[in-house]
Amino acid sequence: MLTGFGETCLLFILTLVCALPLGLLICFGSISKIKPIRWLMKTIVWIIRGTPLLLQIIVVFYGPGLLFDYPMRSRFIAVLIAFVINYACYFSEIYRGGIESITKGQYEACAVLGMTKVQAFFHVILPQVIKRIIPPMSNEIITLVKDTSLARIIGVIELITVSQQIVNNYVILWPLFYAGAFYLVFNGLLTLLFGFIEKKLNYYKV
Amino acid sequence: MAILEVKGIKKRFGDNEVLKGIDFSLEKGEVIAIIGSSGSGKTTLLRCLNFLEFADEGTISVNGEVLYDGVAESSAKKKLKNDDKRLRKQRLHFGLVFQNFNLFPHKSVMGNLMLAPVLQAKSELSFMERWRFERSDAYASIHEKALSTLARVGLSEKQNSYPCELSGGQQQRVAIARALVMNPDILCFDEPTSALDPELTGEVLKVIRELKDSDTTMIVVTHEMEFARDVADKVIYMAGGVIEEAGTPEEVFGHPKSERTKAFLASRKNAASDEK
Repeated sequence: MLTGFGETCLLFILTLVCALPLGLLICFGSISKIKPIRWLMKTIVWIIRGTPLLLQIIVVFYGPGLLFDYPMRSRFIAVLIAFVINYACYFSEIYRGGIESITKGQYEACAVLGMTKVQAFFHVILPQVIKRIIPPMSNEIITLVKDTSLARIIGVIELITVSQQIVNNYVILWPLFYAGAFYLVFNGLLTLLFGFIEKKLNYYKV
Repeated sequence: MAILEVKGIKKRFGDNEVLKGIDFSLEKGEVIAIIGSSGSGKTTLLRCLNFLEFADEGTISVNGEVLYDGVAESSAKKKLKNDDKRLRKQRLHFGLVFQNFNLFPHKSVMGNLMLAPVLQAKSELSFMERWRFERSDAYASIHEKALSTLARVGLSEKQNSYPCELSGGQQQRVAIARALVMNPDILCFDEPTSALDPELTGEVLKVIRELKDSDTTMIVVTHEMEFARDVADKVIYMAGGVIEEAGTPEEVFGHPKSERTKAFLASRKNAASDEK
């Protein structure tokens, strides 16, 4: 079961590390002034959010082999790619909501003080965005923990797969309860972490 | 020589011509008050001066140097709007204090004052120097300058507070200090007391008065007629996108020539007495 734990945690962490920055990039694309980029990003987000993650995993895993005769070597990489793209799209919409909630006045204040747009974004806009998006982000990240169980559809050996095997082999049910407890504890810790971050950022109000 | 010279500024938004040719000039140390009812173009004029909007026609010159020429701009290859470097340099001639402060809520008072000058100083340094910047003399002098500016608006004891912990009047004074730290040639105020409770306007107006005594050149868009009357060297009354009347406070308030000015002043007087 430990390999199952490990695989689940690894998938979770790698997805987060890749999807958070990628989401910001997609977000920039979807609020870009250049129309083709904006349309492209909006279409991608629409497709990814509009189809089940399960299906996306299957497409990423079998797609390259069927379309380009270039089969995916690693099942884990395939799942990771599908997760990163899927979550980056959800994150990008959360970022977009955060960025658009910052008033025009903040940008203008930066402008009249002679800041560059990049300086204004990283020193004034982004810190405020982060504070605002912590609650929706924590929601999404908790969903991610549970979604990792979808990896088994293409045979990645994660927690539920392992538990299911034990259940089948020994005809005992408790490994599945253990798996449930693992998710519960994992998400409990995340909830505490986000609560802590929210509290930390509470030194100012808007 | 005039520190600021504005000639023939015109600005339209779609079909709506907001400014129909504005001319005025300002000597160093002078305070000019711009009055007029809402929709008369006062704020747009101020925003054109700070390059938050770009005038369609007309020129803006500071210290004899033409910063902006609307006609040349319309045919220029690289428009000021898209030339971030030139734009930033030109904006620094002007400071702007907003009606609703626009302080950075996540920064302390000192953080608000120091952010822009620190970023400006850092942008000229190499990567390694930026790393050590907080221990450099340049940083120390910015810190000192911010502290002394904060003292000028009477908020030294609030340096570590956050904007949400301050009253509206205090927030606006921080915003004034933040603009002053950048050493603008001309400091502009866009209705600095309009978002404040009546009992808080006094402290902000007092700071502006003190700035006048230390020879700060200022343009103040205001609804405070009494304040305009006793602080300004010149008063401009704007109506429908033109300067309807301009002159000393004595001339505009005491002996207005235009009928529109008379009507406006009478209506303000009634409003003022209603408030009392």
